[in-house]
Amino acid sequence: MSKSTNSKLAKRNRTEKLFILKGYMAILISFAFLLFLIFTIAGKGISGLQQTQIKLEIEFNKAAIETGNYNLLIRQQLDSLFPEIEDRSSKRNLYRLVADPAKFILMDMVQDDTSLIGETKEIWLPADEKVDIFFKQNADDWDTKLNPEQKELIKTLESQGLIDLNFNFPFFTYGDSQEPELAGIAGALIGSMLTLIVCMAVAIPLAVCAAIYLEEFAPKNRFTDLIEVNINNLAAVPSIVFGLLGLSVYLNFFGMPRSAPFVGGLTLGLMVIPVIIIATRAALKAVPSSIRQAAMGIGASPLQVVTHHTLPLAMPGIMTGTILSIARALGETAPLLMIGMVAFIVDVPQSFSDPSTVMPVQIYLWSKNSQPGFVEKTAAAIIVLLLILILLNIIAVWIRKKYERRW
Amino acid sequence: MNADGKKTKPKSKATKETPKQSVKSADKAPVKQKAAPKPKIKINDLNLFYSEKQALYDVKIDIYPNQVTALIGPSGCGKSTFLRCLNRMNDTIDGCIIKGSIKLDGHDIYDKSVDVVDLRAKTGMVFQKPNPFPKSIFDNVAYGPKIHGMVKNKTHLSEIVETSLQKAGLWDEVKDRLHDSGTSLSGGQQQRLCIARAIAVSPQVILMDEPCSALDPIATSKIETLIDELRHKYTIVIVTHSMQQAARVSQKTAFFHLGKIVEYNDTDIIFTNPKYKQTQDYITGRYG
Repeated sequence: MSKSTNSKLAKRNRTEKLFILKGYMAILISFAFLLFLIFTIAGKGISGLQQTQIKLEIEFNKAAIETGNYNLLIRQQLDSLFPEIEDRSSKRNLYRLVADPAKFILMDMVQDDTSLIGETKEIWLPADEKVDIFFKQNADDWDTKLNPEQKELIKTLESQGLIDLNFNFPFFTYGDSQEPELAGIAGALIGSMLTLIVCMAVAIPLAVCAAIYLEEFAPKNRFTDLIEVNINNLAAVPSIVFGLLGLSVYLNFFGMPRSAPFVGGLTLGLMVIPVIIIATRAALKAVPSSIRQAAMGIGASPLQVVTHHTLPLAMPGIMTGTILSIARALGETAPLLMIGMVAFIVDVPQSFSDPSTVMPVQIYLWSKNSQPGFVEKTAAAIIVLLLILILLNIIAVWIRKKYERRW
Repeated sequence: MNADGKKTKPKSKATKETPKQSVKSADKAPVKQKAAPKPKIKINDLNLFYSEKQALYDVKIDIYPNQVTALIGPSGCGKSTFLRCLNRMNDTIDGCIIKGSIKLDGHDIYDKSVDVVDLRAKTGMVFQKPNPFPKSIFDNVAYGPKIHGMVKNKTHLSEIVETSLQKAGLWDEVKDRLHDSGTSLSGGQQQRLCIARAIAVSPQVILMDEPCSALDPIATSKIETLIDELRHKYTIVIVTHSMQQAARVSQKTAFFHLGKIVEYNDTDIIFTNPKYKQTQDYITGRYG
């Protein structure tokens, strides 16, 4: 008798140890994957957050600006740096060190501040993509595209401290571009923000009110059961279907503008409403009924019970659920493709109806581009997106920890 | 206000010190005479259904003012359900149908013209599990007067809070930490806080649903003393599983069984000389 119980006990202990071991393994494997992901993205992305720039003393020549020849401003300065270069092909080699779209940066500066005209100012301008790669030395096959003369020039500039790796500010101030030197995430970042503002403004009040009604006021009958089942089903519907719904309802039926953050927000709102409803109902359910009874017993009306007691107590849960679903909306691509937020948009959107794109779509667009400049841009954009998501998750956890109550 | 509170204090202590038995026998006679003419709550032919299932059958009972009426009976016999009818807490349960009449001071509380909020302000309720709001002790007591608009200003509100806590015998224990959370108190203190919360809206009737079942004997005896003091101002209906408690605190006892009132009479008679064998079996512990 005791022998058989002993052997059973040993077996039970063995299974338990095995189970714990399996758990360790699972955690180890997922951790390894996570590290791999972080290292690959960080490895590529950090160089995307830096940019090789050339320091030039630009004289904002009035005549050149009036004719719109901003290239001339750059070339004048390059010529004065290397007065010994005179033949045309060597000059072309020299001029090509600076990124072609650098002139747009100067143009923007002048447009922002006309008092610059006639002044002279030291400016770090982005170097050409090839120079950038050569300088960062992270793609051996690409540096062959620079000819020996250009490499010499770069070394001369470096010895004078006129070329250096700087933080890639244009990446955070410019919209998309065909040129990787000037392609930035600002457009997508602002687009994402505008979209999320619309999404939250529409989804949170609607979903929370719906959840409160369903949980606290609605009679329990077949009809409300049907609604509940359908809400649960909606939360599981693939997001692209919501995109199609947005396309047919907002764009085709109501004739709203294509690619606008307003429409994007409404579409994402459709997607997150069921998720927020479910989270809110779960949070409301977690409030013990004894609190409701206590309030009712004193003579609080049903609405007072909700607004004074149930809702404040459920708030941390509601906030956590909402932030997590908003984070999901931030990372969503598919439904936005359907309503045209996948377009190539250079301008940073200024309002809810301006055409724009969002971060994940921008990543998708860049990842289709095989130029090495865009490869590192893709990784850098992923870093920015992940940082925002991590931030949102940290806020959610913080709220949960801070306002958590034990009964 | 303060002076009043201090004056009443020694009196209540004096009652505490006298043995319980003598308090009861001394109170018994005058209470009966006072109570006999006019019942506070008159319940007639009350039938209650949860969807298909009937939970109460033809309940007919008169509850008299300034008395403690105890409801005893085995679990699931409908005594809590009956108690919750008295302040219409059953309204919130889907499929609950109530037939018959419950008259509070001659007015049917299930009449369409009756405002449930007003009714619940008149009939305070104390629950089985202490359920203070997760707010400060002060806010717990102040909540009721606030929502009913009973206060003019802050000093008035703190007066109400103080007298309520004093009546509930909790003031001395919490007066220095009124802004601590109500949930930080011990179980017995929490229950007395709930009683203070109920009396803060100056109800006429206090309903208690097994108020001591989650408490230890010392806390229980404190609450029982309190109930005995409170009955001079309020009408109290208490559901209890403890025969001894019913015998100690109540003047009238109703024995429920399977949704019916088997016997309803003065507590002494129920416990010493019950009319029905079923009652006797239950009280002596041979049953239920």
